[in-house]
Amino acid sequence: MTSTFLPDKRTGPDAGLPPPAADPARSRARRRALNWLTATGFQLPALVLFMGLVLLPMLFALYAAFFRWGGFGMPSEYIGGENFTRLFQDEVFLGDLWRCLVLVVLSLVLQLPFALAMAVLLNQRMRGRAVYRMLFFAPYVLSEAITGILFGMIFAPDDGFADQLLGRIGLEGLGGEWFADPSTVMATLFLVMTWKYFGFHMMLYLAGLQAVPRELTEAALIDGAGPWQRFRNVTLPLLAPTLRISVFLSVIGSIQLFDLVWVTTAGGPDHHSETMAVTMFQYGFKRYQVGYASAISVAMFGISLVFALAYQRFVLRRDLEGATTTMRGDGK
Amino acid sequence: MAVPLVYAALSGFKSTDELSRNPVGLPESWVTSNYTQILGSGDFWRLIGNSTLIAVGTTVLVVAVSALSAFSFARFAFRGREVLFTLFTMGLMFPFAVAALPLFLLLRSLGLLDNPLGVILPQAAFGLPMTIIILRGFFRQIPGELEEAATLDGCSSFGFFWRVLLPMARPALGTVSVLAVVTSWNNFFLPLLVFTDAQWWTLPIGVQQFQGQYSAEYAKVFAYLVLAMVPALAFYSVAERQLVGGLTAGATKG
Repeated sequence: MTSTFLPDKRTGPDAGLPPPAADPARSRARRRALNWLTATGFQLPALVLFMGLVLLPMLFALYAAFFRWGGFGMPSEYIGGENFTRLFQDEVFLGDLWRCLVLVVLSLVLQLPFALAMAVLLNQRMRGRAVYRMLFFAPYVLSEAITGILFGMIFAPDDGFADQLLGRIGLEGLGGEWFADPSTVMATLFLVMTWKYFGFHMMLYLAGLQAVPRELTEAALIDGAGPWQRFRNVTLPLLAPTLRISVFLSVIGSIQLFDLVWVTTAGGPDHHSETMAVTMFQYGFKRYQVGYASAISVAMFGISLVFALAYQRFVLRRDLEGATTTMRGDGK
Repeated sequence: MAVPLVYAALSGFKSTDELSRNPVGLPESWVTSNYTQILGSGDFWRLIGNSTLIAVGTTVLVVAVSALSAFSFARFAFRGREVLFTLFTMGLMFPFAVAALPLFLLLRSLGLLDNPLGVILPQAAFGLPMTIIILRGFFRQIPGELEEAATLDGCSSFGFFWRVLLPMARPALGTVSVLAVVTSWNNFFLPLLVFTDAQWWTLPIGVQQFQGQYSAEYAKVFAYLVLAMVPALAFYSVAERQLVGGLTAGATKG
């Protein structure tokens, strides 16, 4: 029952309005505090989850990197920077850095231009375009584990599809050990990576190409620009923000590569395809040198961070300036 | 592009004998037993069930929590907002491998190993940055007048969020959900760490184990791989537009 004398809060004429206060400054402060509480209240679940399961483990890795520690109990044997000095004398880790660089360079020089070419091709009006788009992107949806095992079998020496196929067309000499040979393992790995990831970059470029206004290329056409000139001078500059993002994702992906390597070679033969994440996993979960593995983690994070900050500072910054080159704010 | 997939599917219909004699062509006689054996075993379906449970759990959690957070980022001006948002965006750069060790130890001490929550919670936590960034972008586009109108009608902030914003943002929620499902479905590293008990294995772990167990029986492994790909590819063909939309939105707005 609602009282006839006191207006009900929810149905009365004052509903939703703050009660009149004697001191306006005090009530404003109260309202602001209330607003802050509501806003942070909405943040709370995300914050708890993120702090507890992302930030806290990261910080703990940083702490554990200064100890000799097998992973049981709490770390107690403080050794200062010893893990880090060991890191930079560790041939496997130095090899990881080198292999990471190789993958980055190969991706930038081969994989991304290939993806760009396919995107430009598929951006034309052509028959079966949708089918090609779906087909090229499909590998990205498959898990690294499944992809890796599939290609492990395709590139199996002698019995595998790759060798058999080369044999059929009379190129036996080209077949080989693929994943099992130190000199070819990285090339094979890169081939699989390209199969798996180029579709993703192609999709990014296609989305970027959609944002290139048709009037501009048409204007260039009227001005007598050939296809290459139109691409070089109109499309490419307008696509630059997308390219920069794609380069960023590609590099970060190479730094953190794990799954694909783990299921195909587990880093072998004799560390020749090992990545930083694989080395970290080996030390942390197989050899119980958790302190040292933490130092590898920290190094990986440091490298990602330095790259990300430098990239943001020197490359991405340009995307925030100038109206024609920014993809932001179109909202779709 | 499709050659490896077609090759795998065809090889699944051969016997391992035939596979070594005739690796490239069509099967001489279509052997279906490889496929039917796998489909007839409870193990395969349990893997699918586990993967589904974990994907759904992760998705519900990460989308719910991110939606609240993104709402607050998009609709409130509060002290500390920019710092907090920067913190979340930095999370995009945190490689999972870096946190893997301490996370494993943390989960062990919480008793979450061999527990689906041990995968769901960290997956949701690592999915937050991307989901929040995408949702925040969408929430910002919803006009402020709507919120004023709702407030005048007596809606609380949460009421506005729940009754107005979420229904309006359904396409965006669909996009981030599809992304979360695919990421969870394909995750390999975390389930590998958390589940030692075969009862909880997810599909990628199951595939790896199967390949180890039947490494000599190529045809069987191919059949298994193909069946393991089917759910992801089927989901992709249904949700293609939202997946691509989410990836490009996430990438260009990051």
